[in-house]
Amino acid sequence: MTWTLIVIALFVVLLFVVYVSWRAGRLDRMHNRVEAARTSLDLAMVRRSSSAYELASSGLLDPANSVLLASAVRRAKDADQAERDLAESDLTRALRATFSQPGFRTELDGVDGATELVAEVDAAAQQVFIARKFYNDVAARTMDARRRPLARVFRLSGNAPQPEFFEMDDSLGNGSGPG
Amino acid sequence: MRIGIACPYSWDVPGGVQQHIRDLAEALIGLGHEVSVIAPADDDKPLPDYVVPAGKAMPVPYNGSVARLAFGPLSVSRVRRWVKDGNFDVLHVHEPAVPSLSLLACWVATGPIVATVHTAMPRSRWLLAAQPVLRSALEKINGRIAVSEAARTTLVEHLGGDAVLIPNGVATKRYRHAEPLTGWPGQGGAIGFLGRMDEPRKGLPVLLKAFEILAPERDGLRLLIAGPGDADEQSQKLPAGIRDRALFLGEVTEEDKIRVLHSVDVFCSPNTGGESFGIVTAEAMAAGVPIVASDIDAFRQVLRGGRAGELFAAGDPAALAAAAARLLDDPARRAELSVAALAAVASYDWEVVARDVASVYETVVLGRPIVEVAQ
Repeated sequence: MTWTLIVIALFVVLLFVVYVSWRAGRLDRMHNRVEAARTSLDLAMVRRSSSAYELASSGLLDPANSVLLASAVRRAKDADQAERDLAESDLTRALRATFSQPGFRTELDGVDGATELVAEVDAAAQQVFIARKFYNDVAARTMDARRRPLARVFRLSGNAPQPEFFEMDDSLGNGSGPG
Repeated sequence: MRIGIACPYSWDVPGGVQQHIRDLAEALIGLGHEVSVIAPADDDKPLPDYVVPAGKAMPVPYNGSVARLAFGPLSVSRVRRWVKDGNFDVLHVHEPAVPSLSLLACWVATGPIVATVHTAMPRSRWLLAAQPVLRSALEKINGRIAVSEAARTTLVEHLGGDAVLIPNGVATKRYRHAEPLTGWPGQGGAIGFLGRMDEPRKGLPVLLKAFEILAPERDGLRLLIAGPGDADEQSQKLPAGIRDRALFLGEVTEEDKIRVLHSVDVFCSPNTGGESFGIVTAEAMAAGVPIVASDIDAFRQVLRGGRAGELFAAGDPAALAAAAARLLDDPARRAELSVAALAAVASYDWEVVARDVASVYETVVLGRPIVEVAQ
């Protein structure tokens, strides 16, 4: 009788341990996904910066517009983690101001390589928009999983840093980019 | 001379550069020159007839803050047309490193170009000058003017070459006459102050301490204080008994600033340092108000070593109180100082400044054809 009870108890404990370690593994995979999503967001922002810089130094824009864009790119590149969102948002605004100038597209129509450069900036901006959506989505789910009682009691996330949302203005709003 | 001036910032937004261009343009016109200013401005807003609007400026992030600048194809074509139609003998661009109309004007034009640099810029901004597009536009400039020693230093450090130092002028005529605020200066006398209330180097604490010394002996004496800062916080520094004898206006319009100067018997510049010229003091001189000022170098110079205004030991409330008391009790001395101040400030008038600028133009146009659109 006693032995049966002990065996059952051990079995329940074993089940519980297996469940908890499965939860820990799942949380670990989520943290990995957050990191991967963050890397692809960073890559998308770098791609956007370099395409914006290419446009700024292409000679297609007037010097004032070039300087504006180039200085926004420079700030985005130099920004540390804490200011990254602000600097990237400023780059978005500088791009938006450039694209929304009256006559911007007609001026570049038919100029060699202009359409490709602008399309590259558009595509890169679109990628930032999507990458940020994905990142914030997986970050939200991970934060949620970390908040569960079991995860908190057994400290299942270990030393993995708490993910944070990346908020920025990333809408070019020019009709062809993300709006 | 036909002079084309390019302004980088919106004409309808108040700012130091815009004010400078307005005063300079009007003084040059007064000297008989033909002047056309191109500036970002709405087409439908009323403008002085010497201003050509280049379209609305766009708010964009630039160097960590939002600036209203003009760029893009529309601005370029308006600047090009302005240069083409203007037949200018000389083109004068202000703040050419700011990405706006001045830079565009440098870019589209050839011929004699003069540039005025207003602000001392941080090194980071000048690093951008390494950009070929900016460099080639800035290299067209034939003569440079800096409005302050600090602006001149950064310019020389980062771009090489040299610049002529021509400080801002004072629009003395604008300050000469104004209606005092209702009820001021009153029977018991009034002392005035203009400037940032919470910037200790502007010296308001020294004046408040001096008022504490003066107020108990002089029943009707009042203080009139205007400038940005927290008025309540400053007023708390005065003992409760005399608090209601000080009026703190906070920030005022340019027009009211002039009225404040005409509402007091004595104007006080208690600065403890950090002034390179003392524009506010010069404006008070142009209003003809008798002045007591601390004896820092800048004030010693504008006040002609004390002949155009009383000087007291900087930072010493007792010395300020004594000097102000002497003036308040001596109307003849006040009248004498007022006349001396008006005479002294004439040498800072825009007309004098405009003559200096015009002589830079004359140097630059020597042996050069007129301004044209670059091919």
